[in-house]
Amino acid sequence: MHTKRTIPANRLKRNRTSIGAFAFHLINYTFFFLFTLLCIYPFYYIFINTISDNQLTARGLVTLYPIGIHFENYVQVMKIPGLSTAALVSVGRTVLGTMLTVFASAFVSYLVTKQKMWMRSFWYRFIVITMYFNAGIIPWYILMMNLGLTNNFFAYVLPGIVSPFCVVLVKTYIESIPSAMEESAQIDSAGYWVRFTRIILPLCLPILATVTVFSAVWQWNMFQDTLFLMTDRKLYTLQFVLYRYINQSTALATIIKNTQGAVTIDLSAVQTPTSVRMTVTMIVVAPILFVYPFFQRYFVGGIMIGAVKG
Amino acid sequence: MKSSRLVARDSLRHGIPEKYKLFLMLLPFLVLVLIFSYLPLLGWRYAFYIFKPGFSLEQSQFVGWYWFESIVSNSYQVAEIKRVIVNTLAISGLGLLVNCIAPIFAILLNEIRCRKFRTSVQVLTTLPNFISWVLVYAVAFALLNVNNGMVNQALLALGWIDKPLNILASSKNVWLTMTLWSMWKGLGWSAILYLAAIAGIDQELYEAAKVDGASRFQQTLHITLPGIAPTFLVLLVMAIANLLNNGMDQYYVFQNAINKSSIEVLDLYVYNISILGGSFSFGTTVSMLKSIISLGLLLVANGAAKIIRGSSIF
Repeated sequence: MHTKRTIPANRLKRNRTSIGAFAFHLINYTFFFLFTLLCIYPFYYIFINTISDNQLTARGLVTLYPIGIHFENYVQVMKIPGLSTAALVSVGRTVLGTMLTVFASAFVSYLVTKQKMWMRSFWYRFIVITMYFNAGIIPWYILMMNLGLTNNFFAYVLPGIVSPFCVVLVKTYIESIPSAMEESAQIDSAGYWVRFTRIILPLCLPILATVTVFSAVWQWNMFQDTLFLMTDRKLYTLQFVLYRYINQSTALATIIKNTQGAVTIDLSAVQTPTSVRMTVTMIVVAPILFVYPFFQRYFVGGIMIGAVKG
Repeated sequence: MKSSRLVARDSLRHGIPEKYKLFLMLLPFLVLVLIFSYLPLLGWRYAFYIFKPGFSLEQSQFVGWYWFESIVSNSYQVAEIKRVIVNTLAISGLGLLVNCIAPIFAILLNEIRCRKFRTSVQVLTTLPNFISWVLVYAVAFALLNVNNGMVNQALLALGWIDKPLNILASSKNVWLTMTLWSMWKGLGWSAILYLAAIAGIDQELYEAAKVDGASRFQQTLHITLPGIAPTFLVLLVMAIANLLNNGMDQYYVFQNAINKSSIEVLDLYVYNISILGGSFSFGTTVSMLKSIISLGLLLVANGAAKIIRGSSIF
């Protein structure tokens, strides 16, 4: 991605003089500009709607810039019963799930690179092959039920701990580390655990950053497990609550009525279904928007290795 | 390497030979994989029973191949399955077309000279890939809903329409709109792989072609395209293997009473008949058949790739 391309001066000159090439570049730039706009405008649109006058947004009149800026929506929305619990569940599963996945990916990968292990390659295949088959959602659902993982927070974190994709990523990376690094510690007759935590783990940080980002986004975005397994409102995630808010406008209206105990005189801050939907959308998407620019290169790094190893 | 004396001392001290010690450290993780990835396979047994949640298998009635036969037993069921499979294949087929757009997207993006512009496009167009389908639906709802959606407001203001269009609740062009949303979400991301492949092409090839007087277009045709062909092939194999696995999130969130008949893909159908309809055994049967066919497709596609490319992708 970051290779510097030197463009020979003669090519530049030739293209600058040719009308056909000029037209091509004009169209090309325009196309990419418009497509990029298409990808980011929706987020901008939702954002300006959350901070604008709620009476205007309800009529769909805010499209290009915010009108009557206020931040009351974010304060009001957090008062909706269930939303802060959902935020807590979402954050909890993301933090705990990611920590467990990152640790498991690193440790499992380290272990399966050890030639001495009993039936090593068999166990490695045993893990990786699960990427390619799937029993189907209903047998999985019945199993989760039998394990008592319905309406249970652990259903969010346990199934994702060993991710074959992440194991492949990290194992490839560990194999590229010179074995002399680890052997230096072996001389001091340190155990596997010490060698793993003191030597391998620090060396793996770049790839573990990728695994962290992938896993965190996956956990945050997960919707299906709540849909199948959770009927207890206390265990709903933000994604699930958002989906319900969009689809159940009558339920939403009741919620809004109930939250407005102290009637605000300022009409522009009175919650409408539109304002609630948009504000909750913004709250759910915000973590992704915030971390994405900083971690984009880790995503790219991850898919490269993943694609090569298939 | 550790000397044998050291190994002997180790096993003496810990009582377990090193090779088993390593295995024991891995064991907890293997158990997790066994439980969450292999145990569900045992659930395929439910396809041969009349299973109701809350009852054990012993309490359920064994019915043999009844559910398999019931798929084709009456004309109503045949029509249902046919409709769902047509939806699945149509949406997957359109998805294959999108697979062909990604390399073009990457080639064109690579022609952009301004590095800052190129990088910004790349970063911003991959963003939608990282939001969930629920959020995509939230975005779609904000832009397209019939009451105050931005698109309807704009079209009304321009005078192109008299009354707002209900795009989300429409039975027309469902396959196409679903494909467009997949494209909005995934095109920039799919292009990244191709951009990497292009970056990996030996620059000397281009230099040599230029010396021979090849135009920019000819260079693309004869150097870039062959250069990204292996990547394309791998992704095509994966797409073919996943012809029946559209996933369920996208179609579940966009589903409503009006578009249901054309949006119901296999994964969603299984959910609807099992979790909502209560036919767990029938759902298991359908998803079991789907899994087996998918595995077959994967092997066939992989075999084909082996013949074309000389090496399998696994």
